[in-house]
Amino acid sequence: MALDKATVARIAALARIKVTEDEQARLAGELSQIIRWIEQLDEVDTAGVEPMASVAHQKLPMRDDQVSDGGIRDKLLANAPQNPVATTRGFFAVPKVVE
Amino acid sequence: MTALTALGLAAARDGLIAKKFSARELVDAHIEAVEAARPLNAFLAETPEQARAMAADSDARLARGAARPLEGLPLAIKDLFCTENVATTAGSRILEGFKPPYEATVTANLWRDGAVMLGKTNMDEFAMGSANATSAYGPVENPWRRRGDNRPLVPGGSSGGSAAAVAARAALAATGTDTGGSIRQPASFCGIVGLKPTYGRCSRWGIVAFASSLDQAGPMTRSVRDAAVMLRSMAGHDPKDSTSAALPVPDFEQAVGQSIKGLKIGIPREYRLDGMPAEIETLWQQGIDWLKGAGAQPVEVSLKLTKYALPVYYIIAPAEASSNLARYDGVRFGLRVNGDTLDAMYEKTRAQGFGAEVRRRILIGTYVLSAGYYDAYYLKAQKVRALIARDFDDAFTQCDALLTPTAPSAAFAIGEKSDDPIAMYLNDVFTVTVNLAGLPGLSVPAGLSGDGLPLGLQVIGRAFDEETVLRIGQVIEEAAQFTAKPAFIAGGA
Repeated sequence: MALDKATVARIAALARIKVTEDEQARLAGELSQIIRWIEQLDEVDTAGVEPMASVAHQKLPMRDDQVSDGGIRDKLLANAPQNPVATTRGFFAVPKVVE
Repeated sequence: MTALTALGLAAARDGLIAKKFSARELVDAHIEAVEAARPLNAFLAETPEQARAMAADSDARLARGAARPLEGLPLAIKDLFCTENVATTAGSRILEGFKPPYEATVTANLWRDGAVMLGKTNMDEFAMGSANATSAYGPVENPWRRRGDNRPLVPGGSSGGSAAAVAARAALAATGTDTGGSIRQPASFCGIVGLKPTYGRCSRWGIVAFASSLDQAGPMTRSVRDAAVMLRSMAGHDPKDSTSAALPVPDFEQAVGQSIKGLKIGIPREYRLDGMPAEIETLWQQGIDWLKGAGAQPVEVSLKLTKYALPVYYIIAPAEASSNLARYDGVRFGLRVNGDTLDAMYEKTRAQGFGAEVRRRILIGTYVLSAGYYDAYYLKAQKVRALIARDFDDAFTQCDALLTPTAPSAAFAIGEKSDDPIAMYLNDVFTVTVNLAGLPGLSVPAGLSGDGLPLGLQVIGRAFDEETVLRIGQVIEEAAQFTAKPAFIAGGA
């Protein structure tokens, strides 16, 4: 299946990546080429086959629901984009999201 | 005396214990070599002060006879491993300046065993690439050159900086990671040994995630024995990675040198690709003959779905990547590009922070996971993946390991294949099946191409049977007598 510019715009919005008009046309071409190549999988008969999500043949381990880590606020904030007000008070700063 | 940088990992370990030289001397020789190797652009960060401090500790331990398994051995670390307080970029602008406040389990294991960190190596951005061409910090040059041709070549990827550093004798060994061939293909291109262990053998905790069901860390070294030594330290169960296997770690070095007499070696018929260069075909046959000569028995096996492995990979890996890379949003760490709204900030940050190949793969991944396409693409790929894994299960009822070429070509020139994503993806045609099935795969340098470039052979084993893989790899190494050297050697001859 070929992807058109509108589809590229839609998935770019879902992926939160800004894509300009010019790039939409180029990406539609590139992604269509890749998707067409991928579609050779249609030749494979997969009737009755269970999808494989992981090769790890083990049950996911359980642990007690107890806090085992924490108290590292300064470490967590050390790589935050610097904002003189927020970072010194122990917050991450983002643009206003509530009117 | 041989230059200290020319030693292997095991030989340097033995030399330190025999007090032929000190850890300080060994690390100084390597710090110089790392500096001399700068034209290759193999390192993104050099950590000489840390290396000297670690070597001083090693000398103290060696003096009191308390050497750990990797005591004083200088290693390079792929920049995908989070290293505490040392910049970790994953080859991406979006992580420029990021200094992890924690250490990856694999690197922590290496330091626990006494290894010394020389620096962080360049790589394809978020490990997405096969030529080290997608790094935001520029391409890496392969230390090898074609005979009579001085054009710079790619080292392979994504662990291209690690492969180039080890081949150029700027590090005794290096860590790599392998999602579709990212350890084995650069090892083949640079004439070194690269081992992708079984999925779950090494913890993924603290490794920047690309495709979580495929990613696995492994050693890149100049001999099979060195790979065995290094893997023992890297491996082990880690409660912080839920897919890490709760299995004991064998002494892999014990397997190296053991006979392969009576082993059955599967030769997958579907790996004979149309248009494969004759010299690769010849090398493969040579490898079969070597193993036969050592008492193993080749058997033809079928991996019917081989040709579908790359399309499966290019659904599953981008799908997992699009999810894993959602965390780079400009809020808590890394690059932020301001926008009027939160969404505008996300979109601008991710557009500027990610390179073209990473953006392309996130978009593919988003598409194949999106409503209406999930079943047709993602679920279909997971089903074919199950069949590919079943092919291997069937093959292993007839043989103990498989022998294949590592890559369909030798190293190519920087800039070649860069305008055709699918041509680039085909580099991984022989390696990617192994990730899909979660098996161990080892690339061993086995010969030279017509124009003098290294070519590797790949040994594939059963899950958690790295020992058989290493045994066979050592037989190939011994038979191949691969003594050719790259054009550029950082530490002098």
